[in-house]
Formats: sequence, structure tokens, C-alpha cells
Amino acid sequence: MPRLIFTPQLQRFIAAPEVFSTACDLRGALDDAFADNPLLRNYILDEQNDLRPNVVIFIDGRRILSHKNWNQAITAESQIHIWQALSGG
Amino acid sequence: MGARGLIASRKGLFELGKTSSGWKLDLIGFEADPVSIVMHDARDDSLYAALNLGHFGVKLHRRNAQGEWQEIATPAYPPQEHRPEGEVEWKLKQIFSMAPGGAPGELWAGTMPGGLFHSLDHGQNWRLVESLWNHPLRREWFGGGTEVPAMHAICVDPRDSRRLLLGISCGGAWRSDDGGESWRVSARGMRADYMPPQQAEVEHVQDPHMIKQCRAQPDAFWCQHHNGIWRSIDDAQTWQQIHPHHSSGEKISDFGFAVAVHPANPDCAWFAPAIADMRRIPPDAALSVSRTRDGGRSFESLRLGLPQEHCYDLIYRHGLAVADDGETLLMGSTTGGLWLSEDGGDTWQSISHTLPPIYAVDFYRSRP
Repeated sequence: MPRLIFTPQLQRFIAAPEVFSTACDLRGALDDAFADNPLLRNYILDEQNDLRPNVVIFIDGRRILSHKNWNQAITAESQIHIWQALSGG
Repeated sequence: MGARGLIASRKGLFELGKTSSGWKLDLIGFEADPVSIVMHDARDDSLYAALNLGHFGVKLHRRNAQGEWQEIATPAYPPQEHRPEGEVEWKLKQIFSMAPGGAPGELWAGTMPGGLFHSLDHGQNWRLVESLWNHPLRREWFGGGTEVPAMHAICVDPRDSRRLLLGISCGGAWRSDDGGESWRVSARGMRADYMPPQQAEVEHVQDPHMIKQCRAQPDAFWCQHHNGIWRSIDDAQTWQQIHPHHSSGEKISDFGFAVAVHPANPDCAWFAPAIADMRRIPPDAALSVSRTRDGGRSFESLRLGLPQEHCYDLIYRHGLAVADDGETLLMGSTTGGLWLSEDGGDTWQSISHTLPPIYAVDFYRSRP
């Protein structure tokens, strides 16, 4: 089952436990996480549903470059890290 | 309880209160996080703090009268289906101003990139004021010191809360008489030397750095503008430039960002001068506050207690406030200096010179 792991830095602001998803792409996995925790969406995405400029996502250690398109396939074993970018300070 | 100071800084929210042994500063929330603006709502003794988190965006928190903080909704722009050339991204960059409205729980929030938001339920829900956002002249606003326009001032008329005056860098001053249903630009008399001569008097490209209204005589406004100091005594229908000088005739710099207006005396206002837009430091590296008590006919440079050498502190546009007694002033700087005056600016005491960069200061009076 794909697993989403959020940066521990988020815990200062909002509960963000790991999420296990049944989705087969990144978009679906994020939707699962936000369905569980609606406030979390605004920390990761902006109001245009773009990834915030200083947040990065890795799938199995590979950085996702797009801030808009998340059709990347994931597998049942995928680990998705939603991390803070150093660009944000 | 006496007036208490609020200090929104790059690294947290502070409160300043008077004790038997003097003024005492406390960190009251958001340690290490940027607090862009803070607002007390006297109607229900609540406090609002807007954050601008480096990674996770803009957030808004409310403290109720019992002292409990809770994250509330953040204003959000509607979906931007199409972005014409020159249009800003419809994304909230910062909450730059807040003001209580007239109805219980009614709030206004001014933002970068220039949207005005309205809440009727203590900030649980926000709505973009589309009558202003969709105004054809709004697209001609531009950033001043930032990449996008910034709505920094929201003056709610104490006689009629449906009457609003906004200050926008750079979009001029805007007036609504009907609670935000309709708008007209209201910056006649201001002048923009940073524009080509043909555009210098165009109202909607003016750069008021800050606009404040006199609470007791709301037809009176003072404005620290990019190109000087302006005043209106006819409810912002027209603005007259003030050329600050001492009674001796000696000129005083008219560049700066902040202005504070006496709550009862429309002829009394304070400014924090810097040299000029391309030299944003105090004249002679010595900090002063300029005060007029005669409607701008003359000014005094107040310096007692303020650093007079090697001082490069700049006072941001929300960095100077006067309490409701008209005598207690608070001033915070870009380099973490915080000064308080209890005699209208005649003398100042240093509260701290090691705070984080200070974005905004204000006073409030908590319910007993």
C-alpha cells in the first residue's frame, strides 16, 4: 500500500501522520491524505491547487519536478515523501 | 487595564504591558515564525495574527477572549482559469492589513496581491470582494517594493461602517460607500514622481505607503506616500501635499513609510522619516520622529531617547502606532529596535534593540 510521509516540520503547525493510500497515482494519494485531514491541503497546496513553491515531493527517492501535474504512477510499495524545500529557509 | 502593545515580528508575536516595575515584553505566540500583521477586535476581545510561513504559506489564527489560539480559515483567491499577460497570479502571498467591520464578527483583510477579503463570521469563512477585484483599473495596479500590489490600509468609517477607504501600494486610495458593493478611486491630489510626467497624477497608480484616519474627526486622513506626505480634510475627496519643515523653516525629509494619527486631534500626526526611496536609512543615521500638531504647517523632530549615531533602522509602514490616549506611542524597526513614548513622542525609551525585524505594532485595551 503506498505510504505518504510528511516532513516532521509540519508537526509544529498541524498533525500530519503517515497516510496509507490505495491510489495508483500521486494525485490520488494526495487526495486520500487531504480527505483524512482537510486543513493539511492548505499547507501543501495553494488555492490554485499548485504545490507550494517551497514544498517538494519525492516518490521513492525521486524528486517530482512539476508543481502542477501529478499523474505519476505509484506502486503498492511506493514511499512518497512530502518534504520542506531548503529554498523556503 | 491600560493599553498594551502588540508587536508582529519576523520571529513571533510579542506583547508589551505596563507593570509596577515598568514596561514588560513577552512572547505570546508563534515563536520563530513570521507574523505579518496582528489585529485586536475590541468587540469580542479577540486577537488575530496572520502568519507567512516560509514553506507552508499564509495562515491565520484567532485568539478568543479566554486566550485560546485556533487556526481559522485563510482567505483564498478563486480559481484562475486563464491568466492574461500582465495579470498577477491569483494566489495569496500575504495578509497585509486587517480591520473590524460593523456587524458582530465582520472582518476585512487586505492582501498581496491586492485582493480585499470579507468575513461575516470571525474569519471562519472569507469571500474575495469581487466588485473591487474585477474593477478594470485593478489590473493596472503594480507592486511597490514587492512584486505584486499590496493592500496595506483599511479605514472603516466610525460613523458608518459601510464606508471604507483602502490604501494600496501601488493602486492609490479607494472608496466604497456601500460596504464594498461598489468602488471609486479616491486619490485626487496625490502625485507620483516615479511615473512618466503624463501619468504622475493618475490616481490609481499612486503609492500611498500608509493611510490613517482620525477616529474623532473621520473626514481627516493623513498619508505617508512614496513621494511625500499628504493630508485630506474632506473625507479623502482631495489630498493636499504637506511639505514638512521646522518652524524655523528648515526642511525635514518627507520620505518614509509609517504614519500615526492622533485619535482625537486631526491636526496631530507622527511620521518616521528616512532619507529617500533609494536611501532607506534615517537622515544622518540618526533616528527621529516628525510630529505636527498644527495640521502640517510646522513639524518638530523628536529625538530624545532615540539612537543618534550609526542607526540604520527603518520603520515599516505598520511600525508606528499611537494608543487611544493620544500620548503613548510605539515604534518598531527593521533591525529589531522597539521604542515607546508616553508623552506624545517628546521622549522615548528603548524597550529592546535585539528583537527580530518588526513588521507591525499596535495598541489594544483588553476587557477588565
